[in-house]
Amino acid sequence: MTDDEKLLQQLLEKQKTGGLKPSDRFAIPSQPMPTQDEVERRSNIDEVALGYTETSARLEAMRCLQCKNTPCIEGCPVKIRIKDFVGAIADGNFGEALDIIKANSLLPAVCGRVCPQEVQCQAPCTVGKKFKDVEKGVAVGRLERFVADWDKSGDSIPEVAPATGKKVAVIGSGPGGVVVAADTRRAGHDVTVFEAFHKPGGVLVYGIPEFRLPKAIVQKEIDTLTKMGVDIVCNFVVGRTRTIAELMKEDGFDAVYIGVGAGLPRFMGIEGEHLVGVYSANEYLTRANLMKAYKFGKGADTPIAMSKKVAVLGGGNVAMDSARTAVRLGAEKVYLVYRRSEKEMPARVEEVHHAKEEGIEFCILQNPKRILGNEEGYVTGMECLKYELGEPDDSGRRRPIPIKGSEFTIDVDTVIVAIGNGANPLIGQTTPGLELSKWGNIVVDENCKTSLEGVYAGGDIVLGAATVILAMGQGRVAAAAINEYLTGKA
Amino acid sequence: MNVSHKILSKSQLSENVFTVEVEAPLVARARKAGQFVIVGISDDYGERIPLTIAGVDTDKGTIRLIWQRVGKTTAEMADLKIGESIDYIAGPLGNPTHIEKFGTVVCVGGGIGNAPLLPIATAMKEAGNKIIGILGARTKELIILEDEFAAISDELIVVTDDGSHGRKALVTEPLQEICSRDPKPDLAVAIGPAIMMKFCCRTTKQLDVPTQVSLNTIMVDGTGMCGGCRVEVGGKTKFVCVDGPEFDGHQVNFDLMMKRLGAYRTQEQKASAQYAEHRCKIGLTDTIRKKQ
Repeated sequence: MTDDEKLLQQLLEKQKTGGLKPSDRFAIPSQPMPTQDEVERRSNIDEVALGYTETSARLEAMRCLQCKNTPCIEGCPVKIRIKDFVGAIADGNFGEALDIIKANSLLPAVCGRVCPQEVQCQAPCTVGKKFKDVEKGVAVGRLERFVADWDKSGDSIPEVAPATGKKVAVIGSGPGGVVVAADTRRAGHDVTVFEAFHKPGGVLVYGIPEFRLPKAIVQKEIDTLTKMGVDIVCNFVVGRTRTIAELMKEDGFDAVYIGVGAGLPRFMGIEGEHLVGVYSANEYLTRANLMKAYKFGKGADTPIAMSKKVAVLGGGNVAMDSARTAVRLGAEKVYLVYRRSEKEMPARVEEVHHAKEEGIEFCILQNPKRILGNEEGYVTGMECLKYELGEPDDSGRRRPIPIKGSEFTIDVDTVIVAIGNGANPLIGQTTPGLELSKWGNIVVDENCKTSLEGVYAGGDIVLGAATVILAMGQGRVAAAAINEYLTGKA
Repeated sequence: MNVSHKILSKSQLSENVFTVEVEAPLVARARKAGQFVIVGISDDYGERIPLTIAGVDTDKGTIRLIWQRVGKTTAEMADLKIGESIDYIAGPLGNPTHIEKFGTVVCVGGGIGNAPLLPIATAMKEAGNKIIGILGARTKELIILEDEFAAISDELIVVTDDGSHGRKALVTEPLQEICSRDPKPDLAVAIGPAIMMKFCCRTTKQLDVPTQVSLNTIMVDGTGMCGGCRVEVGGKTKFVCVDGPEFDGHQVNFDLMMKRLGAYRTQEQKASAQYAEHRCKIGLTDTIRKKQ
């Protein structure tokens, strides 16, 4: 019996005899997430975080104080009954825990892995507050992932109501689209998902790398949709193959959900961005993930730069994903260049931690001035400026200010720009009457309804830059609104 | 819903240029002149390549694709037989050509560029324009679609670098002559290798003839997400897939574009060599001959 197992047994005994006091719970060590060896994983694409065992999951769950005011639920965008599912795990009732999560979230295996719990459910956790460290709060995401992975049944298909005869079109098969498709299908509508790429899953397959979110997990969720009777049509670009007006007027769709995700990648607008070896993170990750460029020449046909020295620009999760992907593709040196300090980085702490473990060099308070190239147009280096932090700006973060005359050059052959996306113009350009913001994002009301009757939208195309869970949260809201709209529609 | 993309007919237009008529009912229904598709021949490990739509049969729900065998994927496509299928065809993509009655439109095609040019020239003709065609290639064998252009052109000039067919000249020579006529043409459309488009634009700019070019850059998604297709037009970054593929040729930075087109040359050569070796081992040879 391991020490952990002994501890669990002692705690269970104690619980039976007189119950656990908060002090007993505080005394349980925060359970670390086992990970793949940090050297070994640099040369494979397998998942880094390996997941809790039953014992570590139950120990972690027992740290929960079962607060009456449930601050964790307030922090969850889809209001999962966190206290209850964590309690069920502590009791060893994993199936029950899963059912509790699934009442609010369809994709626990995905959210348990990619949600930024430290700024959502885990941020207000009383246990974390006690230790004055959000990382010491109850590891809600790890527990969510544990029960999702524990569920090997895979055949729990949600019940579908009798056919209503109404048709719903879902544009985009990312996290938002998947939720809308499931929720509207459950209500008995005839649902078709249109995906522009040749594989469904959206950002979950083209963007988030295998080492953070195995594609088999996403495929399982897509398969569930198919089993529910949702029709998934790939290689169908709404706006081009068919417009929204045509879908509604000619093809008989009664409602449409627009969840087309990230649009035009942003570049810095500096000299040298057209050089060969400068990528948007979208392109770099799509080549590596969706197109499997890591197997180029060994089965896969999509090439990617064979980089030795890479600079990634940005400090978000996408920047971390790009940098860590570059490591796995064989880069010897990867710099992460960010103009503010590490404290301001929007990336998850866990991702920053993993990136550092994998040898990525963090160049904070620096920003490129121009990208340098050779005669053939290939990147050879990057000239950077050093920055310092000034007064807080509109975002509340301290404004980075360039230090005059601080120019220096780093030697790189690849630059990956991960500074966000604008709105995809395709739907806006081809849908008359659809109200857009000045940035081109779709304007919606609190029910995710657009300016057009029967047309709803959510995720990045509405929020600019959203997370998986925010997209899913909007999907849930939109699906409820669509179901209500269709109930009233003749 | 699974859309079938069965190849109904196939022929070889020149040593490395192939054409198929392939089922793509959704694309055929929506497509307009100037648009393209993204094609993939293997779902799991294949590459996504942008190809022009050279023609359409809306009744049959088919489109015509023309491509040049340059890399592994285009070589594999060239080995597909009638009755076999292409895994996926997404589109139509890009903005359609702005078609109106301009007056006289001079249409310059170089090599494989004749393929995207043909539907545009045809649509221009149908809109009531007078069409002057200029088709150029290195040598006679590489001039494609000459009959089709002859059928829609009011005047057709063919040039080859070696003089093996038509005039011995580069396309810029007759283009300069035509643009020097009085009255000069109202619009030029030039589609071909980047270097050709660059020099055509230089010629027409000097003679003040507005010029449209259609760019075929490297792409992944083709819907405005990856940014791989970006070009500099009028000093601004534009995305060929959503802002193009057609641009004012006088504003395009062709030198930058040409460099970007060569981004994967080393890898492509490696992949092509591997595939050639593979073909050799399985005894595959070119069995389809011109217009069989």
